[in-house]
Amino acid sequence: MLRVEDINVFYGKIHAIKDLSFDVKQGEIVTLIGANGAGKTTILKTISKILTPVSGLVKFNNENISKIPAHQIIDMGMAHVPEGRRVFSKMTVLENLQMGAYIRKDEREIREDLEMVFTRFPRLKERSKQVSGTLSGGEQQMLAIGRAIMSRPKLILMDEPSMGLAPILVDEIFDIITSINKAGTTILLVEQNANRALQIAHRGYVLETGKIIMQGTTKELLNDEKVKKAYLGG
Amino acid sequence: MTLFLQQLINGLSVGSIYAVIALGYTMVYGIIKLINFAHGEIMMMGAYFAFVTAVTIGMPFYMVLIVSMLIAAILGLSIEYVAYKPLRNAPRISALITAIGISLFLQNLALVVFKPEPKVMPAIIPKQPILIGNLQIGTVTIVTILLSVIFMILLDQFIKKTKPGKAMRAVSQDKEASILMGINVNRTISLTFAIGSALGAFGGVLYSIAYTQVYPTMGIMPGLKAFVAAVLGGIGLLPGAMLGGFVIGMIETISKAYISSQWSDAIVFGILIIVLIVKPTGILGKNEREKV
Repeated sequence: MLRVEDINVFYGKIHAIKDLSFDVKQGEIVTLIGANGAGKTTILKTISKILTPVSGLVKFNNENISKIPAHQIIDMGMAHVPEGRRVFSKMTVLENLQMGAYIRKDEREIREDLEMVFTRFPRLKERSKQVSGTLSGGEQQMLAIGRAIMSRPKLILMDEPSMGLAPILVDEIFDIITSINKAGTTILLVEQNANRALQIAHRGYVLETGKIIMQGTTKELLNDEKVKKAYLGG
Repeated sequence: MTLFLQQLINGLSVGSIYAVIALGYTMVYGIIKLINFAHGEIMMMGAYFAFVTAVTIGMPFYMVLIVSMLIAAILGLSIEYVAYKPLRNAPRISALITAIGISLFLQNLALVVFKPEPKVMPAIIPKQPILIGNLQIGTVTIVTILLSVIFMILLDQFIKKTKPGKAMRAVSQDKEASILMGINVNRTISLTFAIGSALGAFGGVLYSIAYTQVYPTMGIMPGLKAFVAAVLGGIGLLPGAMLGGFVIGMIETISKAYISSQWSDAIVFGILIIVLIVKPTGILGKNEREKV
Protein backbone atom coordinates (compact mmCIF):
# COMPACT_ATOMS: atom_id res chain seq x y z
CA MET A 1 0.00 0.00 0.00
CA LEU A 2 2.79 2.39 0.95
CA ARG A 3 6.35 2.06 -0.34
CA VAL A 4 9.17 4.36 0.64
CA GLU A 5 12.20 3.88 -1.63
CA ASP A 6 15.69 5.17 -0.84
CA ILE A 7 14.63 8.58 0.45
CA ASN A 8 17.17 11.16 1.58
CA VAL A 9 15.89 14.13 3.54
CA PHE A 10 17.83 17.16 4.74
CA TYR A 11 17.03 19.73 7.40
CA GLY A 12 19.19 22.58 6.18
CA LYS A 13 22.61 20.95 6.13
CA ILE A 14 21.69 18.09 8.42
CA HIS A 15 21.26 14.81 6.60
CA ALA A 16 18.28 13.61 8.62
CA ILE A 17 17.18 10.55 6.63
CA LYS A 18 19.70 8.39 4.77
CA ASP A 19 18.74 6.03 1.91
CA LEU A 20 15.76 4.80 3.81
CA SER A 21 13.29 2.23 2.45
CA PHE A 22 10.36 0.42 3.96
CA ASP A 23 6.85 -0.60 3.11
CA VAL A 24 3.42 -0.95 4.68
CA LYS A 25 0.94 -3.52 3.40
CA GLN A 26 -2.80 -3.17 3.39
CA GLY A 27 -4.44 -4.01 6.72
CA GLU A 28 -1.23 -3.84 8.75
CA ILE A 29 -0.14 -1.81 11.71
CA VAL A 30 3.51 -1.07 11.07
CA THR A 31 5.54 0.77 13.64
CA LEU A 32 8.73 2.78 13.37
CA ILE A 33 10.50 2.88 16.69
CA GLY A 34 13.60 4.73 17.69
CA ALA A 35 14.99 7.31 20.05
CA ASN A 36 14.37 11.01 19.95
CA GLY A 37 15.99 12.51 16.87
CA ALA A 38 16.16 9.23 14.96
CA GLY A 39 14.08 10.81 12.20
CA LYS A 40 10.66 9.29 12.82
CA THR A 41 8.66 12.51 12.48
CA THR A 42 10.75 13.53 9.46
CA ILE A 43 9.77 10.32 7.70
CA LEU A 44 6.06 10.87 8.30
CA LYS A 45 6.30 14.51 7.17
CA THR A 46 8.08 13.39 4.02
CA ILE A 47 5.36 10.83 3.26
CA SER A 48 2.63 13.47 3.61
CA LYS A 49 4.64 15.94 1.52
CA ILE A 50 5.18 18.57 4.23
CA LEU A 51 8.88 17.92 3.61
CA THR A 52 10.43 17.14 0.24
CA PRO A 53 13.09 14.45 -0.08
CA VAL A 54 16.28 15.28 -1.97
CA SER A 55 16.15 11.89 -3.63
CA GLY A 56 14.09 8.72 -3.53
CA LEU A 57 10.38 8.34 -3.88
CA VAL A 58 7.19 7.54 -2.03
CA LYS A 59 4.57 5.33 -3.65
CA PHE A 60 1.04 5.13 -2.33
CA ASN A 61 -1.19 2.48 -3.89
CA ASN A 62 1.50 2.03 -6.55
CA GLU A 63 1.33 5.69 -7.51
CA ASN A 64 4.39 7.90 -7.23
CA ILE A 65 3.20 10.84 -5.13
CA SER A 66 6.21 13.11 -5.60
CA LYS A 67 4.37 15.38 -8.06
CA ILE A 68 1.22 15.70 -5.97
CA PRO A 69 0.88 18.91 -3.90
CA ALA A 70 0.80 18.40 -0.14
CA HIS A 71 -2.82 19.46 0.30
CA GLN A 72 -4.03 16.82 -2.17
CA ILE A 73 -2.45 13.90 -0.34
CA ILE A 74 -5.50 13.47 1.86
CA ASP A 75 -7.62 13.08 -1.30
CA MET A 76 -5.69 9.92 -2.10
CA GLY A 77 -6.80 8.33 1.16
CA MET A 78 -3.91 9.13 3.47
CA ALA A 79 -4.46 10.98 6.75
CA HIS A 80 -1.81 12.21 9.16
CA VAL A 81 -2.23 12.61 12.93
CA PRO A 82 0.69 14.96 13.57
CA GLU A 83 3.05 15.05 16.51
CA GLY A 84 1.66 17.18 19.32
CA ARG A 85 -1.94 16.67 18.06
CA ARG A 86 -2.14 20.03 16.30
CA VAL A 87 -5.88 20.42 16.77
CA PHE A 88 -7.28 23.83 15.77
CA SER A 89 -7.28 25.18 19.29
CA LYS A 90 -9.69 28.09 18.75
CA MET A 91 -12.25 25.96 16.96
CA THR A 92 -14.81 23.80 18.70
CA VAL A 93 -14.52 20.03 18.81
CA LEU A 94 -17.28 19.75 16.21
CA GLU A 95 -15.57 22.25 13.88
CA ASN A 96 -12.30 20.36 14.19
CA LEU A 97 -14.02 17.16 13.13
CA GLN A 98 -15.65 18.98 10.23
CA MET A 99 -12.22 20.23 9.15
CA GLY A 100 -11.20 16.58 8.98
CA ALA A 101 -13.89 16.12 6.35
CA TYR A 102 -12.87 19.31 4.53
CA ILE A 103 -12.23 17.56 1.20
CA ARG A 104 -15.51 15.65 1.25
CA LYS A 105 -18.77 16.86 -0.21
CA ASP A 106 -21.12 14.00 0.75
CA GLU A 107 -22.91 15.90 3.54
CA ARG A 108 -25.11 13.02 4.65
CA GLU A 109 -22.29 10.55 4.98
CA ILE A 110 -20.17 13.15 6.77
CA ARG A 111 -22.93 13.39 9.35
CA GLU A 112 -22.99 9.60 9.68
CA ASP A 113 -19.22 9.53 10.19
CA LEU A 114 -19.53 12.29 12.76
CA GLU A 115 -21.97 10.11 14.71
CA MET A 116 -19.56 7.19 14.33
CA VAL A 117 -16.70 9.26 15.76
CA PHE A 118 -18.91 10.43 18.63
CA THR A 119 -19.88 6.83 19.39
CA ARG A 120 -16.24 5.84 19.42
CA PHE A 121 -15.26 8.87 21.53
CA PRO A 122 -18.23 9.68 23.81
CA ARG A 123 -16.16 12.31 25.57
CA LEU A 124 -15.84 14.29 22.36
CA LYS A 125 -19.60 14.26 22.00
CA GLU A 126 -20.03 15.71 25.50
CA ARG A 127 -17.60 18.46 24.57
CA SER A 128 -18.59 18.99 20.95
CA LYS A 129 -19.39 22.69 21.49
CA GLN A 130 -16.27 23.32 23.56
CA VAL A 131 -13.25 25.12 22.13
CA SER A 132 -10.66 22.41 21.62
CA GLY A 133 -7.81 24.38 23.22
CA THR A 134 -9.54 23.77 26.55
CA LEU A 135 -9.51 19.97 26.23
CA SER A 136 -7.12 17.76 28.17
CA GLY A 137 -4.16 16.22 26.36
CA GLY A 138 -5.88 12.85 26.06
CA GLU A 139 -9.05 14.40 24.69
CA GLN A 140 -7.05 16.42 22.19
CA GLN A 141 -5.37 13.23 21.02
CA MET A 142 -8.76 11.59 20.58
CA LEU A 143 -9.90 14.64 18.65
CA ALA A 144 -6.83 14.52 16.41
CA ILE A 145 -7.49 10.84 15.68
CA GLY A 146 -11.21 11.50 15.16
CA ARG A 147 -10.39 14.36 12.80
CA ALA A 148 -8.17 12.03 10.76
CA ILE A 149 -10.91 9.37 10.56
CA MET A 150 -13.32 11.98 9.21
CA SER A 151 -11.55 11.93 5.85
CA ARG A 152 -12.29 8.18 5.53
CA PRO A 153 -8.62 7.36 5.01
CA LYS A 154 -7.22 4.03 3.83
CA LEU A 155 -3.97 4.73 5.65
CA ILE A 156 -3.37 6.80 8.79
CA LEU A 157 0.08 8.04 9.74
CA MET A 158 0.26 8.47 13.51
CA ASP A 159 3.03 10.44 15.11
CA GLU A 160 3.64 9.74 18.82
CA PRO A 161 -0.02 9.39 19.82
CA SER A 162 0.95 8.45 23.39
CA MET A 163 3.26 11.40 23.97
CA GLY A 164 2.67 13.18 27.25
CA LEU A 165 -0.37 11.11 28.23
CA ALA A 166 -1.08 9.42 31.55
CA PRO A 167 -0.58 5.60 31.43
CA ILE A 168 -4.31 4.90 31.61
CA LEU A 169 -4.91 7.15 28.61
CA VAL A 170 -2.04 5.54 26.74
CA ASP A 171 -3.88 2.23 27.09
CA GLU A 172 -7.05 3.81 25.78
CA ILE A 173 -5.31 5.39 22.77
CA PHE A 174 -3.61 2.12 21.83
CA ASP A 175 -6.93 0.25 22.12
CA ILE A 176 -8.45 2.83 19.80
CA ILE A 177 -5.66 2.40 17.26
CA THR A 178 -6.16 -1.37 17.30
CA SER A 179 -9.89 -1.03 16.79
CA ILE A 180 -9.47 1.44 13.91
CA ASN A 181 -7.10 -1.05 12.30
CA LYS A 182 -9.56 -3.91 12.83
CA ALA A 183 -12.21 -1.80 11.09
CA GLY A 184 -10.03 -1.90 7.97
CA THR A 185 -7.68 1.07 8.11
CA THR A 186 -3.97 0.52 7.63
CA ILE A 187 -1.76 2.29 10.18
CA LEU A 188 1.82 3.51 10.19
CA LEU A 189 2.64 4.23 13.81
CA VAL A 190 5.64 6.18 15.01
CA GLU A 191 6.38 5.78 18.71
CA GLN A 192 9.00 6.34 21.35
CA ASN A 193 7.04 4.02 23.55
CA ALA A 194 8.47 0.99 21.71
CA ASN A 195 7.10 -1.56 24.10
CA ARG A 196 3.48 -0.57 23.61
CA ALA A 197 3.86 0.03 19.89
CA LEU A 198 5.29 -3.45 19.34
CA GLN A 199 2.44 -4.98 21.32
CA ILE A 200 -0.22 -3.75 18.91
CA ALA A 201 1.74 -3.70 15.62
CA HIS A 202 2.24 -6.52 13.13
CA ARG A 203 5.68 -5.50 11.95
CA GLY A 204 8.26 -2.97 13.02
CA TYR A 205 11.33 -1.11 11.88
CA VAL A 206 14.02 0.14 14.25
CA LEU A 207 15.44 3.51 13.38
CA GLU A 208 18.75 5.03 14.42
CA THR A 209 20.00 8.43 13.22
CA GLY A 210 18.09 8.35 9.96
CA LYS A 211 18.71 4.70 9.07
CA ILE A 212 16.82 1.48 9.53
CA ILE A 213 19.04 -0.81 11.57
CA MET A 214 16.63 -3.67 12.07
CA GLN A 215 13.27 -4.91 10.89
CA GLY A 216 10.96 -7.81 11.46
CA THR A 217 7.71 -9.02 12.87
CA THR A 218 6.91 -7.60 16.25
CA LYS A 219 7.51 -11.02 17.81
CA GLU A 220 11.04 -11.08 16.43
CA LEU A 221 11.75 -7.55 17.59
CA LEU A 222 10.30 -8.09 21.05
CA ASN A 223 12.58 -11.09 21.52
CA ASP A 224 15.70 -9.52 20.07
CA GLU A 225 18.36 -8.91 22.70
CA LYS A 226 19.60 -5.66 21.16
CA VAL A 227 16.09 -4.23 20.87
CA LYS A 228 15.30 -5.32 24.40
CA LYS A 229 18.37 -3.61 25.71
CA ALA A 230 18.12 -0.38 23.77
CA TYR A 231 14.39 0.22 23.59
CA LEU A 232 12.45 -1.99 25.94
CA GLY A 233 14.28 -1.18 29.12
CA GLY A 234 15.77 -4.59 29.82
CA MET B 1 -27.19 67.32 24.69
CA THR B 2 -28.16 67.55 21.04
CA LEU B 3 -24.60 68.44 20.17
CA PHE B 4 -23.30 65.47 22.10
CA LEU B 5 -25.72 63.07 20.36
CA GLN B 6 -24.75 64.62 17.05
CA GLN B 7 -21.09 63.98 17.79
CA LEU B 8 -21.87 60.45 18.90
CA ILE B 9 -23.50 59.72 15.56
CA ASN B 10 -20.59 61.28 13.67
CA GLY B 11 -18.21 59.18 15.76
CA LEU B 12 -20.22 56.09 14.94
CA SER B 13 -20.00 56.90 11.24
CA VAL B 14 -16.24 57.57 11.17
CA GLY B 15 -15.75 54.63 13.53
CA SER B 16 -17.61 52.26 11.24
CA ILE B 17 -15.31 53.21 8.34
CA TYR B 18 -12.24 52.61 10.56
CA ALA B 19 -13.76 49.35 11.70
CA VAL B 20 -14.19 48.03 8.16
CA ILE B 21 -10.66 49.09 7.17
CA ALA B 22 -9.31 47.60 10.40
CA LEU B 23 -10.95 44.27 9.46
CA GLY B 24 -8.69 44.14 6.41
CA TYR B 25 -5.59 44.73 8.54
CA THR B 26 -6.55 42.18 11.11
CA MET B 27 -7.57 39.46 8.62
CA VAL B 28 -4.24 39.64 6.82
CA TYR B 29 -2.36 39.76 10.12
CA GLY B 30 -4.34 36.79 11.40
CA ILE B 31 -3.42 34.62 8.46
CA ILE B 32 0.20 35.52 7.62
CA LYS B 33 1.23 37.64 10.61
CA LEU B 34 1.93 40.61 8.36
CA ILE B 35 0.97 44.20 9.15
CA ASN B 36 0.00 45.14 5.62
CA PHE B 37 1.03 48.78 5.64
CA ALA B 38 -0.16 49.08 2.04
CA HIS B 39 -3.74 48.65 3.25
CA GLY B 40 -4.32 52.40 3.59
CA GLU B 41 -3.23 52.78 -0.03
CA ILE B 42 -5.68 50.09 -1.12
CA MET B 43 -8.31 52.26 0.53
CA MET B 44 -7.00 55.29 -1.42
CA MET B 45 -7.05 53.33 -4.69
CA GLY B 46 -10.61 52.29 -3.86
CA ALA B 47 -11.52 55.96 -3.57
CA TYR B 48 -9.97 56.67 -6.98
CA PHE B 49 -11.81 53.71 -8.52
CA ALA B 50 -14.98 55.25 -7.09
CA PHE B 51 -14.10 58.66 -8.52
CA VAL B 52 -13.46 57.23 -12.00
CA THR B 53 -16.57 55.05 -12.09
CA ALA B 54 -18.76 57.84 -10.70
CA VAL B 55 -17.45 60.77 -12.75
CA THR B 56 -16.09 59.26 -15.97
CA ILE B 57 -18.61 56.47 -16.38
CA GLY B 58 -21.42 58.00 -14.35
CA MET B 59 -22.39 54.91 -12.41
CA PRO B 60 -24.88 55.10 -9.53
CA PHE B 61 -23.66 54.70 -5.95
CA TYR B 62 -24.28 50.97 -5.51
CA MET B 63 -22.52 50.15 -8.79
CA VAL B 64 -19.61 52.43 -7.85
CA LEU B 65 -19.27 50.58 -4.57
CA ILE B 66 -19.45 47.10 -6.08
CA VAL B 67 -17.06 47.85 -8.97
CA SER B 68 -14.54 49.64 -6.73
CA MET B 69 -14.53 46.78 -4.26
CA LEU B 70 -14.07 44.23 -7.05
CA ILE B 71 -11.17 46.08 -8.66
CA ALA B 72 -9.56 46.57 -5.26
CA ALA B 73 -9.91 42.84 -4.58
CA ILE B 74 -8.06 42.11 -7.83
CA LEU B 75 -5.43 44.70 -6.91
CA GLY B 76 -4.99 43.08 -3.49
CA LEU B 77 -4.66 39.64 -5.10
CA SER B 78 -2.02 40.91 -7.52
CA ILE B 79 -0.03 42.62 -4.75
CA GLU B 80 -0.11 39.45 -2.69
CA TYR B 81 1.01 37.37 -5.67
CA VAL B 82 3.80 39.69 -6.80
CA ALA B 83 5.11 41.08 -3.52
CA TYR B 84 4.24 38.86 -0.55
CA LYS B 85 3.97 35.31 -1.89
CA PRO B 86 7.67 35.09 -2.84
CA LEU B 87 8.46 36.06 0.78
CA ARG B 88 6.25 33.42 2.40
CA ASN B 89 9.22 31.70 4.03
CA ALA B 90 11.36 34.80 4.50
CA PRO B 91 11.76 36.53 7.88
CA ARG B 92 8.70 38.59 8.82
CA ILE B 93 10.61 41.86 8.68
CA SER B 94 11.21 41.38 4.92
CA ALA B 95 7.49 41.23 4.22
CA LEU B 96 6.90 44.24 6.47
CA ILE B 97 9.45 46.33 4.60
CA THR B 98 7.94 45.15 1.31
CA ALA B 99 4.53 46.31 2.55
CA ILE B 100 5.93 49.78 3.20
CA GLY B 101 7.46 49.69 -0.28
CA ILE B 102 4.13 48.77 -1.86
CA SER B 103 2.48 51.56 0.11
CA LEU B 104 4.92 54.14 -1.34
CA PHE B 105 4.62 52.59 -4.79
CA LEU B 106 0.82 52.93 -4.80
CA GLN B 107 0.97 56.54 -3.55
CA ASN B 108 3.36 57.47 -6.33
CA LEU B 109 1.42 55.49 -8.90
CA ALA B 110 -1.67 57.52 -7.96
CA LEU B 111 0.42 60.70 -8.19
CA VAL B 112 1.47 59.86 -11.76
CA VAL B 113 -1.83 58.49 -12.99
CA PHE B 114 -4.29 60.83 -11.24
CA LYS B 115 -2.01 63.88 -10.66
CA PRO B 116 -1.41 65.47 -7.24
CA GLU B 117 -4.40 67.86 -7.22
CA PRO B 118 -7.28 66.61 -5.09
CA LYS B 119 -10.30 65.49 -7.09
CA VAL B 120 -13.75 66.42 -5.96
CA MET B 121 -15.87 63.41 -5.28
CA PRO B 122 -19.44 64.03 -6.49
CA ALA B 123 -22.30 63.53 -4.07
CA ILE B 124 -23.43 60.17 -5.37
CA ILE B 125 -25.36 59.67 -2.16
CA PRO B 126 -27.99 62.44 -1.87
CA LYS B 127 -26.86 65.00 0.71
CA GLN B 128 -30.10 66.18 2.31
CA PRO B 129 -30.03 65.45 6.03
CA ILE B 130 -32.77 63.65 7.90
CA LEU B 131 -34.15 65.42 10.95
CA ILE B 132 -34.91 63.52 14.12
CA GLY B 133 -36.04 66.10 16.67
CA ASN B 134 -33.17 68.57 16.77
CA LEU B 135 -30.74 66.00 15.38
CA GLN B 136 -29.49 66.38 11.85
CA ILE B 137 -28.23 63.15 10.38
CA GLY B 138 -26.77 63.11 6.88
CA THR B 139 -27.81 60.33 4.53
CA VAL B 140 -24.11 59.58 3.95
CA THR B 141 -23.74 58.98 7.69
CA ILE B 142 -26.70 56.62 7.80
CA VAL B 143 -25.63 54.72 4.66
CA THR B 144 -22.08 54.41 6.00
CA ILE B 145 -23.16 53.01 9.35
CA LEU B 146 -25.76 50.66 7.86
CA LEU B 147 -23.53 49.27 5.12
CA SER B 148 -20.60 48.85 7.51
CA VAL B 149 -22.71 46.86 9.93
CA ILE B 150 -24.08 44.75 7.06
CA PHE B 151 -20.57 43.98 5.80
CA MET B 152 -19.40 43.11 9.31
CA ILE B 153 -22.30 40.68 9.76
CA LEU B 154 -21.69 39.15 6.32
CA LEU B 155 -17.98 38.72 7.05
CA ASP B 156 -18.68 37.23 10.46
CA GLN B 157 -21.11 34.69 8.98
CA PHE B 158 -18.72 33.93 6.13
CA ILE B 159 -15.87 33.19 8.53
CA LYS B 160 -18.03 31.12 10.86
CA LYS B 161 -20.31 29.21 8.52
CA THR B 162 -18.78 28.71 5.08
CA LYS B 163 -16.09 26.26 4.08
CA PRO B 164 -13.62 28.86 2.74
CA GLY B 165 -14.25 30.91 5.89
CA LYS B 166 -13.46 27.96 8.11
CA ALA B 167 -10.38 27.25 6.00
CA MET B 168 -9.25 30.84 6.68
CA ARG B 169 -9.59 30.29 10.41
CA ALA B 170 -7.80 26.96 10.20
CA VAL B 171 -4.87 28.40 8.23
CA SER B 172 -4.55 31.30 10.68
CA GLN B 173 -4.29 28.82 13.56
CA ASP B 174 -2.04 26.14 12.09
CA LYS B 175 -0.81 26.10 8.51
CA GLU B 176 0.76 22.67 8.57
CA ALA B 177 -2.31 21.03 10.10
CA SER B 178 -4.42 22.85 7.49
CA ILE B 179 -2.41 21.31 4.67
CA LEU B 180 -2.97 17.90 6.24
CA MET B 181 -6.74 18.57 6.13
CA GLY B 182 -6.47 19.19 2.39
CA ILE B 183 -6.74 22.98 2.54
CA ASN B 184 -4.97 24.85 -0.26
CA VAL B 185 -3.12 27.32 1.97
CA ASN B 186 -1.94 29.61 -0.83
CA ARG B 187 -5.41 29.97 -2.25
CA THR B 188 -6.80 30.66 1.22
CA ILE B 189 -4.25 33.42 1.79
CA SER B 190 -5.11 34.95 -1.60
CA LEU B 191 -8.79 34.90 -0.70
CA THR B 192 -8.00 36.71 2.55
CA PHE B 193 -6.17 39.44 0.66
CA ALA B 194 -9.03 39.78 -1.82
CA ILE B 195 -11.65 40.18 0.92
CA GLY B 196 -9.45 42.48 3.02
CA SER B 197 -8.75 44.71 0.02
CA ALA B 198 -12.42 44.87 -0.95
CA LEU B 199 -13.20 46.01 2.60
CA GLY B 200 -10.41 48.60 2.37
CA ALA B 201 -11.93 49.93 -0.84
CA PHE B 202 -15.33 50.05 0.85
CA GLY B 203 -13.78 52.33 3.46
CA GLY B 204 -12.19 54.45 0.72
CA VAL B 205 -15.41 54.90 -1.22
CA LEU B 206 -17.44 55.99 1.80
CA TYR B 207 -14.61 58.10 3.23
CA SER B 208 -14.23 59.98 -0.05
CA ILE B 209 -17.98 60.59 -0.30
CA ALA B 210 -18.11 61.83 3.30
CA TYR B 211 -15.11 64.16 2.92
CA THR B 212 -15.77 64.88 -0.81
CA GLN B 213 -12.09 64.64 -1.77
CA VAL B 214 -9.80 62.08 -3.37
CA TYR B 215 -6.01 62.52 -3.34
CA PRO B 216 -2.89 60.30 -3.45
CA THR B 217 -1.99 60.57 0.25
CA MET B 218 -5.53 60.26 1.58
CA GLY B 219 -4.95 56.64 2.70
CA ILE B 220 -2.20 57.43 5.19
CA MET B 221 -4.15 58.82 8.14
CA PRO B 222 -7.25 56.59 7.96
CA GLY B 223 -4.94 53.64 7.31
CA LEU B 224 -2.88 54.39 10.42
CA LYS B 225 -5.98 54.98 12.52
CA ALA B 226 -7.53 51.73 11.36
CA PHE B 227 -4.24 50.05 12.28
CA VAL B 228 -4.45 51.60 15.74
CA ALA B 229 -8.03 50.35 15.92
CA ALA B 230 -6.97 46.81 15.02
CA VAL B 231 -4.22 46.86 17.68
CA LEU B 232 -6.53 48.43 20.25
CA GLY B 233 -9.16 45.71 19.79
CA GLY B 234 -6.58 42.93 19.57
CA ILE B 235 -4.79 42.34 16.28
CA GLY B 236 -5.86 39.17 14.51
CA LEU B 237 -9.33 39.21 16.09
CA LEU B 238 -12.26 40.26 13.91
CA PRO B 239 -14.51 41.42 16.76
CA GLY B 240 -11.49 43.32 18.10
CA ALA B 241 -11.10 45.23 14.84
CA MET B 242 -14.78 46.21 14.85
CA LEU B 243 -14.73 47.29 18.49
CA GLY B 244 -11.42 49.11 18.04
CA GLY B 245 -12.73 50.93 14.96
CA PHE B 246 -15.79 52.27 16.75
CA VAL B 247 -13.78 53.23 19.85
CA ILE B 248 -11.19 55.12 17.79
CA GLY B 249 -13.89 56.85 15.74
CA MET B 250 -15.66 57.95 18.91
CA ILE B 251 -12.51 59.16 20.65
CA GLU B 252 -11.44 61.09 17.57
CA THR B 253 -14.81 62.79 17.11
CA ILE B 254 -15.36 63.56 20.77
CA SER B 255 -11.84 64.92 21.25
CA LYS B 256 -12.24 67.04 18.11
CA ALA B 257 -15.48 68.47 19.46
CA TYR B 258 -14.60 68.96 23.11
CA ILE B 259 -10.82 69.10 23.42
CA SER B 260 -9.09 70.34 20.31
CA SER B 261 -9.27 69.36 16.66
CA GLN B 262 -5.50 69.77 16.39
CA TRP B 263 -4.89 67.40 19.28
CA SER B 264 -7.32 64.69 18.24
CA ASP B 265 -4.80 62.76 16.13
CA ALA B 266 -2.25 62.96 18.92
CA ILE B 267 -4.83 61.58 21.32
CA VAL B 268 -5.64 58.68 18.98
CA PHE B 269 -1.98 57.74 18.56
CA GLY B 270 -1.39 58.30 22.27
CA ILE B 271 -3.93 55.53 22.82
CA LEU B 272 -1.82 53.19 20.69
CA ILE B 273 1.16 53.87 22.94
CA ILE B 274 -0.88 53.30 26.08
CA VAL B 275 -2.34 50.05 24.71
CA LEU B 276 1.10 48.78 23.78
CA ILE B 277 2.34 49.51 27.31
CA VAL B 278 -0.65 48.38 29.35
CA LYS B 279 -2.19 45.55 27.32
CA PRO B 280 -0.22 44.75 24.17
CA THR B 281 -2.70 42.03 23.18
CA GLY B 282 -5.51 44.60 22.91
CA ILE B 283 -8.90 44.87 24.59
CA LEU B 284 -10.17 41.45 23.46
CA GLY B 285 -6.78 39.75 23.18
CA LYS B 286 -5.81 37.00 25.54
CA ASN B 287 -2.35 35.97 26.58
CA GLU B 288 -2.50 32.45 25.36
CA ARG B 289 -0.57 29.69 26.90
CA GLU B 290 0.14 26.78 24.65
CA LYS B 291 -0.68 23.28 25.73
CA VAL B 292 2.07 20.84 25.03
